[in-house]
Amino acid sequence: MLTPTDETELAEALRTAQAPLSVRGGNTRGMAGAGEPLSVAAICGVRLYEPGALTVVAAAGTPLAGLEAELAAEGQRLAFEPMDHRGLLGTGGEPTIGGVVAANVSGPRRVQVGAARDFLLGLRFVDGAGTVIKNGGRVMKNVTGYDLARLVAGSRGALGVITEVALKVLPRPEAAATITIEVPDAAAAVSALSAALGSPYDVTGAAYWPGRGALVRIEGFAGSVAYRARELERLLAPAGAVSVESDADAVAALWRDIRDVAPFQGKAGDVWRLSVKPSDAPGLAARLEAESLLFDWGGGLIWALLPEGTDARARLGPFAGHATLMRAAPETRARIATLQPQQPAVEALVTGLRARFDPRGLFAGAAA
Amino acid sequence: MQMPEPNSALLARKAEIVARLRSVLPDGVIDDPTETRAYECDALTAYRCPPLAVVLPGSTAEVSTVLRECHAMGVPVVPRGSGTSLAGGALPTADCVILGVARMNAVLEADYPNRVIRVQTGRTNLSVTGAVEADGFFYAPDPSSQLACAIAGNIAMNSGGAHCLKYGVTTNNLMGVTLVQMDGTVVEIGGAHLDAPGLDLLGVICGSEGQLGVVTEATLRILARPEGARPVLIGFRSNEVAGACVSDIIKAGVLPVAIEFMDRPCIEATEAFAHAGYPDCEALLIVEVEGAPDEIDLQLGLIRQIAGKHDPVEFRESRSAEESAKIWLGRKSAFGAMGQISDYICLDGTIPVSALPRVLGRIGELSDQFGLKVANVFHAGDGNMHPLILFDANKPGDLETCEAMGAEVLKLCVEVGGCLTGEHGVGVEKRELMQTQFAPEDLEAQMRVKDVFDPSWLLNPAKVFPLTVSAPRRAA
Repeated sequence: MLTPTDETELAEALRTAQAPLSVRGGNTRGMAGAGEPLSVAAICGVRLYEPGALTVVAAAGTPLAGLEAELAAEGQRLAFEPMDHRGLLGTGGEPTIGGVVAANVSGPRRVQVGAARDFLLGLRFVDGAGTVIKNGGRVMKNVTGYDLARLVAGSRGALGVITEVALKVLPRPEAAATITIEVPDAAAAVSALSAALGSPYDVTGAAYWPGRGALVRIEGFAGSVAYRARELERLLAPAGAVSVESDADAVAALWRDIRDVAPFQGKAGDVWRLSVKPSDAPGLAARLEAESLLFDWGGGLIWALLPEGTDARARLGPFAGHATLMRAAPETRARIATLQPQQPAVEALVTGLRARFDPRGLFAGAAA
Repeated sequence: MQMPEPNSALLARKAEIVARLRSVLPDGVIDDPTETRAYECDALTAYRCPPLAVVLPGSTAEVSTVLRECHAMGVPVVPRGSGTSLAGGALPTADCVILGVARMNAVLEADYPNRVIRVQTGRTNLSVTGAVEADGFFYAPDPSSQLACAIAGNIAMNSGGAHCLKYGVTTNNLMGVTLVQMDGTVVEIGGAHLDAPGLDLLGVICGSEGQLGVVTEATLRILARPEGARPVLIGFRSNEVAGACVSDIIKAGVLPVAIEFMDRPCIEATEAFAHAGYPDCEALLIVEVEGAPDEIDLQLGLIRQIAGKHDPVEFRESRSAEESAKIWLGRKSAFGAMGQISDYICLDGTIPVSALPRVLGRIGELSDQFGLKVANVFHAGDGNMHPLILFDANKPGDLETCEAMGAEVLKLCVEVGGCLTGEHGVGVEKRELMQTQFAPEDLEAQMRVKDVFDPSWLLNPAKVFPLTVSAPRRAA
């Protein structure tokens, strides 16, 4: 395994590489393609943290856990709530901040505040020719030149290897609460969640856990959370019986379980992740005939557990959005593409970009 | 400021080019020299050049047809929203066709259950909110020109506004686009769902200054209007103290929707103009918070506590809609007030908030050195500065001196870890400064993206990249 310890060594490794590479941080997210392993875990450390400017800059291999602890010590956090894929995918290793950005990871709060890409202020990466490229910076507003940072975020390593990221951080709230609405089915759940998200009460989580109900999270100063919980109880009462949980640990545990798709962990079958128009979710979910389902983002994110080898896209037919195969056996992966196929004109743009950033195909194993 | 020499072969073929455009768009071609004058500049009025012709298509299909024709004829195209760019993003060249999207201003769908609106991009920013506000929703990005500026231009420049500390800029509120490439290819990217399936093309299209394609339709995120909002005005004894207060507010966990800063020259000019009743002080902040009445009281209480540690000259809390309007009055009339006393250029660099005192001090020194007055007004919460450098357009050489000083200020922004432009874009105005922020390989990587979307480099070609850097590609 190649283990460069800084950006210069990484660039040299890429310049001299003769065959495709399998680039990883902690290799926890199942993204690394086939090839000779290259780990950026040794390129690590927080380079700059200015709590008063809500800014942190960290090397790509910096362990996420350590970074989050450092932010927590100042009462701040990564607001996009990156999920931990280890339980769902059965992977080991230590998630890194570079991997979070490369996969554009987020969690339940994505529906209100955005994903990793929305908090990315800038990055440095090395392309397939071994050239170091920087884009963006470390300030909140920056429209200087093209936004390559967002193009690279979520590219799963297809355009280059990220070496450093600058992120906007936000204050941790003082309090949080979960409002549970007992609903008969997915359609009722999405309708209730939509009402909550369309209210002025700053909902930061909107999930449907079959058997548990429609779940709504609010966060902020304690007095404000209490006020909004009361208002939401009133607003959502017509949808079903409503209850409020305000215990900080219970609220945190529930949303961690939703974030990490706890109900699917340890269960056999393939895991699919769909991004859809929220109001389409109940209909699409019905077409999937899944063994288990979990909705997040007010219905905009569907997690589905399907029998091994099932092609979810065949069951869904054409729809607005995309389906990603998150967990499956190699035989299934050989047969079913990880990412949703795109319109030919879009595929042409993607192919063109990959060819220019990776002319020798070093990152050909990355799905993008 | 230099623009490339117009292509004389194209100028000679004007009649043929206009005829061919008219054959595909009978009602939407302007070539009369008197009428094309209306398109000779945008809001960077110091530079003007009438285009060869103007086309005003009415649909995505017409945009596609027009672009295909221009592509076939090798004619450069400069896309234009409402022409409010402060950076010259829509400045024509004599051999170009201006493609204006102003006729395409319909709301295609307002979808409240999914909290999105789909519009044609000629629609103005404020009228997007106008279409949904009766139902309790709004579109968050709010550039100062929001009454006039088009969504097309907002997407091209990734526009911000006063309230992006909480709500983000255009890229954080844009969910999908219909993009027409220079060869006429129409691509659909994103929609009412979140995140890209693979590469985030939407992310790089937003902010690409009309160089990758013409965005004809957009899906935008709309939000429920907050229950209320209230500003406070805080006066300080120095710029440094005001800057420290901003940092403390943010650190305390309060997240205001806006923190605006004005310095003494700006306060005095706006006071003389708008009579907002601002205190006599070195610097002031306007901090606005949102929520229900109790939530607002809670946040303002915290802000009062924090400000109290910075020995404020005044802490003025609004008690009514009238008082709120009065607090905002001076800030909102700042640019007009400065315009009344002098010509000025407005800079747009962003700096880390922690560098504020140093940068303000250095701007003062540059002001003395160049002999030009500067007023500072800016979005303090996110470090996006708008120093206004005053000059006299009737005095020969004064504009050039002013631009030279502006360049020094922007270099300073880069030096302290910031950037050349926070929300206005590069356009032609900051094009030649790009090398102060980017290494050659950084610019090369950006130009590669244009190579993929617009291999013939016909879309808005003389913008963003220094002319010498883009020359080989433009000539090819």
